[in-house]
Amino acid sequence: MKYLHLIWGALFRRKTRTVFTLLSVLAAFLLFGLLDSVRSAFSAASDNVAGADRLITISKISLTLPLPKSLLERIQAVPGVADASYANWFGGIYQDAKNFFPSEAVADNFLDLHPEWQLSADQRKAFHDTRSGAIVGASLAEKFHWKVGDKIPLQAMIFPQKNGSNTWTFDLVGIYHIDDPNLRAQENSFFFNWSYFDEARQFGNGNVGWYVVKVADPDRTDRVVAAIDALSADSDHETKTETEQAFTAALVGQFADIGLIVGAIMGAVFFTLVLLTGNTMAQAVRERIPELAVLKTLGFTHRSVLALVLGESVLLLLLGGAAGLMVASVVVGAVRTALPPLGPTAPMLPVGASIWIQGIVLMLIVGLVVGALPAIRGMRLRIVDALSGR
Amino acid sequence: MNALRLLETALTPLAIIVSLLALLIAPWWAAAVAMAALVGWMGLTRSGRQAASVTRVGVATIAQRLGSSSVVVVGIAGVVSVLVALLAMATGFEASLRQTGTDDTAIVLRAGSQTENNSVVDHGAAQIVSQAPQVLKNPQGQPVASAELVVVASLPKRSNGLDSNVELRGIEPAAWDLHRNVRFVDGRKFQPGLRELIAGKGAREQFKGLDVGSTLKLNGQLWTVVGIFDAGDSHDSEIWGDTAVVGSTYRRGSSTNSVTVRLTDAGSFDAFKASLATDPRLQVDVMTTRDYYTRQSEALSREIRVLGTTVAAIMAIGAVFGALNTMYAAISARAREIATLRAIGFRGAPVICSVLLETMLLALLGGALGATLTWAIFDNYTASTLGQNFSQVVFSFQVTPSLLWSGLKWALAIGLTGGLFPALRAARMPVTAGLRDA
Repeated sequence: MKYLHLIWGALFRRKTRTVFTLLSVLAAFLLFGLLDSVRSAFSAASDNVAGADRLITISKISLTLPLPKSLLERIQAVPGVADASYANWFGGIYQDAKNFFPSEAVADNFLDLHPEWQLSADQRKAFHDTRSGAIVGASLAEKFHWKVGDKIPLQAMIFPQKNGSNTWTFDLVGIYHIDDPNLRAQENSFFFNWSYFDEARQFGNGNVGWYVVKVADPDRTDRVVAAIDALSADSDHETKTETEQAFTAALVGQFADIGLIVGAIMGAVFFTLVLLTGNTMAQAVRERIPELAVLKTLGFTHRSVLALVLGESVLLLLLGGAAGLMVASVVVGAVRTALPPLGPTAPMLPVGASIWIQGIVLMLIVGLVVGALPAIRGMRLRIVDALSGR
Repeated sequence: MNALRLLETALTPLAIIVSLLALLIAPWWAAAVAMAALVGWMGLTRSGRQAASVTRVGVATIAQRLGSSSVVVVGIAGVVSVLVALLAMATGFEASLRQTGTDDTAIVLRAGSQTENNSVVDHGAAQIVSQAPQVLKNPQGQPVASAELVVVASLPKRSNGLDSNVELRGIEPAAWDLHRNVRFVDGRKFQPGLRELIAGKGAREQFKGLDVGSTLKLNGQLWTVVGIFDAGDSHDSEIWGDTAVVGSTYRRGSSTNSVTVRLTDAGSFDAFKASLATDPRLQVDVMTTRDYYTRQSEALSREIRVLGTTVAAIMAIGAVFGALNTMYAAISARAREIATLRAIGFRGAPVICSVLLETMLLALLGGALGATLTWAIFDNYTASTLGQNFSQVVFSFQVTPSLLWSGLKWALAIGLTGGLFPALRAARMPVTAGLRDA
């Protein structure tokens, strides 16, 4: 630590060059922060802790095929099942198709299975009592400036009403909140009563889209899954049950291999970065060969010269990288407030501890790799040769 | 003098931004004109000849600065390859969907449904649509109209064995006259009335068990794959069977998802649309298939473009600083040589020009390297994503000449920015100081 001022002085010996290199490092880590925030948003959608004890039961043939509602009581009777509920995709459009948000018709007890959605007791009661009632997440309500008491018309893409109309009007009776920032994307949904939906829709009556099952003991999930799927084996509506995590992961994975794309880009970025800072460090050491020889003459050991040069390159990476991650968190914050998440998966997560840790590890590694060759060169210097300029 | 300085500092960034923008939107012939002007200047004028000789010296000494020069080349190659790869992805996805539609075929969906998956058209409505006077009749006098059914089936993917959604489309015989570009790679057409399927080329590549002769179980019934087709568009991601058989397997009754018709000519679309809109028995949306499929690609390809441009722009900033470092180092290594040139009468312009040209030459090399790499790796690279009908759409990356050109333009823009300041410094360097420096 006592050599910090020495390292610092060496680093800023050529101010312009160091500043330019710092800015390149900054750009690389800015990109790392942004892309990793996108990647972790996609993976957070699948390792959502709140749903660890929940299963999703869908039609084995296809997610889009309905299941009979009569299955509910049979699922509830399966040993190990704490509770079960159901929902149906509605796919409504508010004013314009660009305003897309998920909308679902849900059973009366659907909220019991999702304790992470917080709704006050009286709003909960109002949702239960109002036939055409609807609840929305706080982010969604904020986006369209909705408040409790508003009437919200949705255009049905799939289900017209019995009277042939495509317009369904709902009374907003509640707004739910989610505390966990990683799940905030789910504050973007619109829920209404399945019983009203089933009564008024033109076709498909008596069917539900999927079941949500809460297991009593998450360690015995496998047995419960098998028992639920056995209920409808060999029927014309065979089911496929999986944990909520597996279900979401599979759905997200169908869009694209986000990890692969991000990995490829980051590979290109860091390859360039290593080359670029490596060049800077090599130049810096080459220029200072006589100075390093003087240090050795004064009694610095080979090892401490090695440490000085390595320290310089690590410091360079840490300064630039930390600045880059700071800029990244400002940018991510701005993007998140400017565009509320549009789908079930938020495009970006805040730059949190895990991104910082990964980032710092990367800075250390790149710093050591980049400093290695020049540092070894500095260590092997022979004082006589270096001082005489050979 | 001070006011002039101020004006200069204010105008320089502005001039840089304007020239960068001009460069980024410049078509190829503008570049050719600029190139010709440069060659003309170098060949015909005194200062041009000076610039040419100084540039020659600079370029000849690149070999001595290989390490730092390669920073410019590799940095820019990285920017260009990421940019071109992501834009090629967007272009490929867009092209695959746009080619799927034509202007003289139209698709009819239930009003408000947006996608086939959400739409329901019952048998009666399908009949009314196919009887519209604007629908082309085949030589047998039958309307060229296919009532189609779309079912999402799930099959294991070849890549990871996980179940993914694939679109199973029920078609009627008229469909062969609607999709005229379909040709068979293997096997034959399915026979109407039998549980036979044909699979698109893309679907066969992405999913297991879709080879000719294999059987698969869909909704509890066994189907045989009898052919593989290549439509050259997004239908390649689908599996096709007979509408009536698919409908009975999935208990859809006689209703279908959409009706696709071939119009007598592209000009009759408006009349066709008007005649369906005024028919009180129908509540439908009508669009040309070109519109329908183009709209499906808009959102995703825009997102990929924004992503690609943002990532490349940030990388470009990094690369500009890398280039600045390299070129500053280059001119300080050549300080004595440049000062000597100035002392024997060379003016500032040739010096500026030679540094700029040297940087842009390195940049061009990097751009060409990045573009070539991307083209070699990603042209026709096949990928798939979840499309609007909730099933996989297979598409291939398209590295088009225009994308390569825009990659090169980015490279030149980075080179210009990274070379300009070192060039100005080289020209302003006091001759005496330069000569004295080691």
